[in-house]
Amino acid sequence: MIKLIRMKYTKWYNIMREGLSRNNPILIAVLGICSALAITNRVDNAIAMGIGVTFVIIASSATVSLIRQFIPGRVRMVTYMAIISTFVIAVQMFMEGFLPDIAEELGPYVGLIITNCIVMGRAEAFASKNPVKYTVIDGLANGLGYLFVLVSIAVVREALAFGTILDMRVMPSTWVNWTVMAIAPGGFFILGLYIWIMRSMTKNYETQG
Amino acid sequence: MIQIFFESILDNNIALALILGMCPLIAISTNVKNAVGMGLAVIFVVTITGIINYPIYLLLQRSGTAQLSLLVFIITIAATVQFLEMFLEKFIPALYNAFGIFLPLITVNCAVLGVSLFFVNREYTFLETASFSLGAGIGWFIAIVLLAAVREKMDKHGNVPKGLAGKGIAFIVLGILSLAFVGFAGLAG
Repeated sequence: MIKLIRMKYTKWYNIMREGLSRNNPILIAVLGICSALAITNRVDNAIAMGIGVTFVIIASSATVSLIRQFIPGRVRMVTYMAIISTFVIAVQMFMEGFLPDIAEELGPYVGLIITNCIVMGRAEAFASKNPVKYTVIDGLANGLGYLFVLVSIAVVREALAFGTILDMRVMPSTWVNWTVMAIAPGGFFILGLYIWIMRSMTKNYETQG
Repeated sequence: MIQIFFESILDNNIALALILGMCPLIAISTNVKNAVGMGLAVIFVVTITGIINYPIYLLLQRSGTAQLSLLVFIITIAATVQFLEMFLEKFIPALYNAFGIFLPLITVNCAVLGVSLFFVNREYTFLETASFSLGAGIGWFIAIVLLAAVREKMDKHGNVPKGLAGKGIAFIVLGILSLAFVGFAGLAG
């Protein structure tokens, strides 16, 4: 009995660890970066986006895993698309209803969760082969890994670009805002540097680009 | 209209300013030849789906189901790509061979869906949508070809730190390119 629990614990733990660090969807696999770069100039946007994506990954993976025996192999991609877009529409309507300010700022990027490769990737690589309970954990781990990177990029960018974090002043009043951090180039540079740090720390190098 | 066209190529470049279509941009930009193939395919598909999705959106709006536009857009895009593939294979095999594997990959390119969502967001008219779609496609083409050209040279002659090699350095290059494109701001009028 104890052995059984321990085995279960290790599998859950391993799935969790894979998603959070070893196989972090953004930093190692470099998936789903469109939204990671476009909306991370403010921390609150990043949090909203991260939670939205986490919800969509968990819900769509669980659904895919539930009906995985009934999806014919040839039309599975279209089926995944339909499932994912249903949940994305739910997130979009929720944000418009309860967080109108953030929905306004995120604009079309909420809808673009559909083409976020992480969601599709988890459905195809994990949910189509595993039972629901592991799928939920895997979705949670990947979503949290995504949220974590989004927030850590946003913290740096918001501090440098506006001198604030979550609208609280963190830089001295003499601070000159780096406007470039608020627009696209800042995102590219920060993500490039993060990938560098992450790969150097885990010694997970890419031999040929 | 012409202003929107140039704006979407230069200071609102879909890849370098709006940051859309990153996955294929990073994955397929290791050599110029593939980048050109992917870029051409994107110009083609973005323009066509933009033009098709506009009347569909109007139709949805009239029937009061605009929330569903997301689902419908995705299906339109997938169907268009599938149809184009069959059409090209049958009638213009030379072009079909040139596009090769890139055509099916486009379904998951967020630039394509992004264009459709942006014209809704910005409330464009039909002609504006058409010129925005074409401009966005050309902008994406320019971005991927430039990036591929730099990366190809860098693979041969560059001395990149180990941890940065591959995707890391691609982002730094993209950052510099995008910084250059910021310089175009206001050029379109």
